[in-house]
Amino acid sequence: MPNYRFSVNGESRSVESRDPAQPLLYVLRNALGLTGAKFGCGEGQCGSCAVLLDGKVAYACLTPVSAVAGRTVTTIEGLGTALKPHPVQAAFIAEQAAQCGYCASGMVMKSVELLAANPKPTRDEVKAALAGHLCRCGTHERILRAVARAAGAAMPGGTGA
Amino acid sequence: MSMHISRRNLLKAGGALVVSFAVPLPAFSQGANTFSGKTVDTGEVDGFFAVNQDGSVTLFCGKVDLGTGLRIAVPQMAAEELGIDVKRITLVEGDTDLTPDQGPTAGSSGVMRGGVQIRQAAATGPGVQPPCGSGLHARSPAELIAAEGEVRPRSGGAGITFGALLGNRHFGLKLDPKAKLKDSASYTVVGQSLPRPDVPGKITGRHLFMHDFKLPGMLHGRAIRPSSVGAKLIAVDESSIKEIPGARVVRIGDFLGVLAEDEWDCICAARALKANWSDENSLVGHQAVRDWMLAGPFEAEQSLVKKGDARGVLAGATQRVSAFYYWPPQSHASMGPSCAVADIRPGKATIWTASQATHRYRHAFARILELPPAAVRLIYLDGSGCYGMNGHEDAAADAVLLSRAANRPVRVQWMRADELGWDPKGPPQLLSLEGSLAADGSIDAWRTEMWLPRATANLPNIALLSPEAAGIKQVPGISFGLITQNGDPSYAVPNVDVSVHWLKHAPLRPSNIRAPGKVANMFAVESFTDELAALAASDPFKFRLRGLSDARGIEVLKRTAALIGWQARSGRSTSAIGRGIAYCHYKHNENYVAMAMEVEVVRASGRIHVRRVACAHDCGLVTTRMRCARKSKAISCRPCRAPCSKKCISIVRASPVPPGVAIRYSPSPMCRRFASNSFSGRTCRHGAAEKPHRRRYPPRLPTRSTTPAAHACAPRRSPANACGRRWRRATRSRCGGRACFQQRENASNSSAGTGLPAR
Ligand code: FES
Ligand code: FES
Repeated sequence: MPNYRFSVNGESRSVESRDPAQPLLYVLRNALGLTGAKFGCGEGQCGSCAVLLDGKVAYACLTPVSAVAGRTVTTIEGLGTALKPHPVQAAFIAEQAAQCGYCASGMVMKSVELLAANPKPTRDEVKAALAGHLCRCGTHERILRAVARAAGAAMPGGTGA
Repeated sequence: MSMHISRRNLLKAGGALVVSFAVPLPAFSQGANTFSGKTVDTGEVDGFFAVNQDGSVTLFCGKVDLGTGLRIAVPQMAAEELGIDVKRITLVEGDTDLTPDQGPTAGSSGVMRGGVQIRQAAATGPGVQPPCGSGLHARSPAELIAAEGEVRPRSGGAGITFGALLGNRHFGLKLDPKAKLKDSASYTVVGQSLPRPDVPGKITGRHLFMHDFKLPGMLHGRAIRPSSVGAKLIAVDESSIKEIPGARVVRIGDFLGVLAEDEWDCICAARALKANWSDENSLVGHQAVRDWMLAGPFEAEQSLVKKGDARGVLAGATQRVSAFYYWPPQSHASMGPSCAVADIRPGKATIWTASQATHRYRHAFARILELPPAAVRLIYLDGSGCYGMNGHEDAAADAVLLSRAANRPVRVQWMRADELGWDPKGPPQLLSLEGSLAADGSIDAWRTEMWLPRATANLPNIALLSPEAAGIKQVPGISFGLITQNGDPSYAVPNVDVSVHWLKHAPLRPSNIRAPGKVANMFAVESFTDELAALAASDPFKFRLRGLSDARGIEVLKRTAALIGWQARSGRSTSAIGRGIAYCHYKHNENYVAMAMEVEVVRASGRIHVRRVACAHDCGLVTTRMRCARKSKAISCRPCRAPCSKKCISIVRASPVPPGVAIRYSPSPMCRRFASNSFSGRTCRHGAAEKPHRRRYPPRLPTRSTTPAAHACAPRRSPANACGRRWRRATRSRCGGRACFQQRENASNSSAGTGLPAR
């Protein structure tokens, strides 16, 4: 079986895949046991499978494993843990920016990418950046506040709701 | 990762999803089978609580956390009555072997009924017989109270901890419905905004969702569904997947599935498998649903509310208005398609599911598998939101049939097309409203006529797809919650007539979806109240206020008006910015909610932007403020697709009646509408739904719907096509190429009459 080696969350990993077209999402979730990236649509429409590929957001459901060989993947698990969260994760936790939380990992990954490129985004810039990430539960406002918090911006409206 | 594996093994070994307050991960401090054999009797304190030797408490809750915070709220209620730190409570939820059957987590009953039942059990707890020599044993239960981790005399004096009190014993107490509850004025835990214990795990990718759960030796399965509802399987070409290692076909009657060791192989097999299905033409199509509903066949006519002589008064009225409203079928459209794992062995079934009704479906699966209910165990794991019965139970049934066939555990993950095509839908609703005004401008007659599918009486559960296809007998019928409530206004009207034409069928398999029926009914009733206000040349806020006598209703309405900065008006407005207000007393006996919005029509594009939303909500005693606010948004935002740029308050009451405290959560910057699920204002392709809308009555039904609903249609896809990508194309063509992409901002015609913004 063909073998693909790439870096995942700072570790070099090697996976076998019969099909070079197997999306990275299934490799992460099954072979590597990293279930933080979620399956939402498999079509690049919802953003719940987002990971960082060489620092840029990629939809793992559309990225063939063969295209990842030799590259660097960061998943939500690679950002931080609940005890030592990444600053963006810490902001999402502080804002309790999840209802069911299924969309959360994609939202966090995209926010990390955004803030790396634009540390002080406006609200509209955040919305534009997150436009490819859907939330069915209605957590949008909390997510916007979480990104604003991570950017060190003044919190519109406190943290109550 | 090792943590994941050990958790899974524990789950496999028969443990439950135990969510503790330990950060970062749910801890399994209890041995896997510590609680096996415990009572699940709702009448026993031991059904709900176990005190561990260290004095910590395990709480067994039949209701589950669907993402709305029950996981913190119910432990708060229990902690309050037990007088222990909420951090010392570990919650087990929805496991049918360990938790009492408290009914499904539906109808907002998680805290209101489930939590209240648990609170009563907790209040009964201190009544346990104290050991001899403890200094308490001569006291009656009524003389004892739990506080600071101890049971003590109410009158003061030394107490002992629950751990010491119980030792290795069970409570052995019948739940006392009269056990004295703590005075809500003394609450220190209930009412606090405590953070949800599951959020850190969810934000760091380590929370165990249903979709993440695996068992050793587990196969991946996919059910293959036909291109039309009711199609029969004619032939399967198993050789079409022979290239895929380990892939195999399972066929039971018209149920077709594939299995493979590897998930991607399984998906490939599902896509590649060639099967011939009969071509059924059982769907009426979106545009025709309304005609179909008006045409019948009808099963019954029913009068729901009859007060005075509405028909008579309307017949003679001079000031009279009528309107017609339609609410289309809607998909639940959870972000993650449904998923389940089943391990079916001879004589025993274990099913991991995100069902909101594990206890109910334990019996359903027992019937399907012809096993005694005691041999069937359902264990709840978090799904991707739950807005009613979506595909969770159907995915579980797929996994059950496949696991039984393979004699191995099987995980079934629905694909996106499965979810939107086959999850049960919220039922369509048609309403015709007529009303008239008295000389003084008050409403003097009101008629609501509904066309609705009729739920089957005493249906144990909604029949599931794969058993039906496999020819396994299930009780036939349809069910979707109480969809007629709130069909009459909350305002004083002397002559009211609400009736329903019960349809024999529903166009697609229906189920309950958020506040079943009430969203459409409120949309109609409140829109129509605006029609009447306009007819009376009265300000919509004052018009409503005038009809209200309930002090709590008046309070929420007034606060909402104050929050939005309501400016009185009468008649039409030509401004591009408008305000609307609506009020609901849910089921006429639960929450009081009022909401106001300021929206703007961008004349150039016709798009509607929501600028501000204000909401006041009196839901009685609030357990977790933050949760309450979150949930009120979830409820208000989800089904009616209103945006979330709210200025939301909750009126928090310590007791049912005294005036509450308004909490302003957000000074709400001007905000463009979030169109449904996306940040961009662009329509989500998944959750997209047809806009509710209003037409003049008598209805002149359009031959071409202006508001197609993508998700009411079963996807057309070729038999070999289980893949979402191809489905989407196919569905587009079926929906006229635009359904899923309909811009929902282009709301309606619905407020032309009053100058009110569309909701
Ligand atoms: S699962 Fe990848 S974008 Fe939806
Ligand atoms: S929180 Fe449920 S989908 Fe976003």
